[in-house]
Amino acid sequence: MVTLNSFVVLGAVIFCIGLFGALSRRNAVGILMSIEIMLNAVNITLVAFASALVHDAKLGGRLTGQVFAIFIITVAAAEAAVALAMIIAIYRRRNTIDVGEIHLMRW
Amino acid sequence: MLDLPTVAFYIIAILLVGTALAVVLSRNIVHAALFLAVFFGAAAGVYVLLNAEFIAIVQVLIYAGAVTILVLFAIMLTQNAMSRNANPFAGQWWLAAIICAALAIGIIYAVGSSKMALLSANASANMTTAGAAGGSIVRLGQLLYSPFDYSYVLPFEIASIVLLVAIVGAIVIGRED
Repeated sequence: MVTLNSFVVLGAVIFCIGLFGALSRRNAVGILMSIEIMLNAVNITLVAFASALVHDAKLGGRLTGQVFAIFIITVAAAEAAVALAMIIAIYRRRNTIDVGEIHLMRW
Repeated sequence: MLDLPTVAFYIIAILLVGTALAVVLSRNIVHAALFLAVFFGAAAGVYVLLNAEFIAIVQVLIYAGAVTILVLFAIMLTQNAMSRNANPFAGQWWLAAIICAALAIGIIYAVGSSKMALLSANASANMTTAGAAGGSIVRLGQLLYSPFDYSYVLPFEIASIVLLVAIVGAIVIGRED
């Protein structure tokens, strides 16, 4: 039997895997891929709650979670485009995308 | 209690966690990007299980299609991608592992002890078969566009401006000087 808990735990596990990647990677494209994994985990959680609460009359039976997932997908696509353009611009100027070596603003 | 949605859920869950780990741990960044495509496809399977057909199709179109191609192009343009160790770990990766494991344990504990756990046990016991098939796209469209009813039409229009700004910004930032 698959309940809401199964999907929320799945989302949490995938989110933490993505967070580990975002924290431990040095390649900027690798960090971006980990962030995409985290956004997908959040989407899974939101859609799971939408399906679980759609039969709840108190909340009007609306699919608000799915609408939020659509907005997250929109913003994630925009973020991916801008971030990859930034990575390519940094690579042209400094010839590396290792985030350990991009430390112009480090104190 | 081993019905088809349960079996499908566990297959997809194992596939999702495995490919996510492969993306995060893979030494070769091209392999990581290809595992990411499999991950996006498996996530679309989760949305199908949850009766969210529209989200599943959007996931395949935008993530598995567009974002994967974008990531592969960025890898191709930035470095000698076929080199062995193109995706190294930072020195303090064990600290990140400890933090993420603690966060996962905390979230799973909170999920297990929340009131929503009761909700999932009673109201919608088996949510993969609870939803009416085929009706969710109409309701989703009404919730997104409807100018008369309660809807998210203004955020939807603002999202189009966000996309326009992102297109222009990507061109301006990525342009050769």
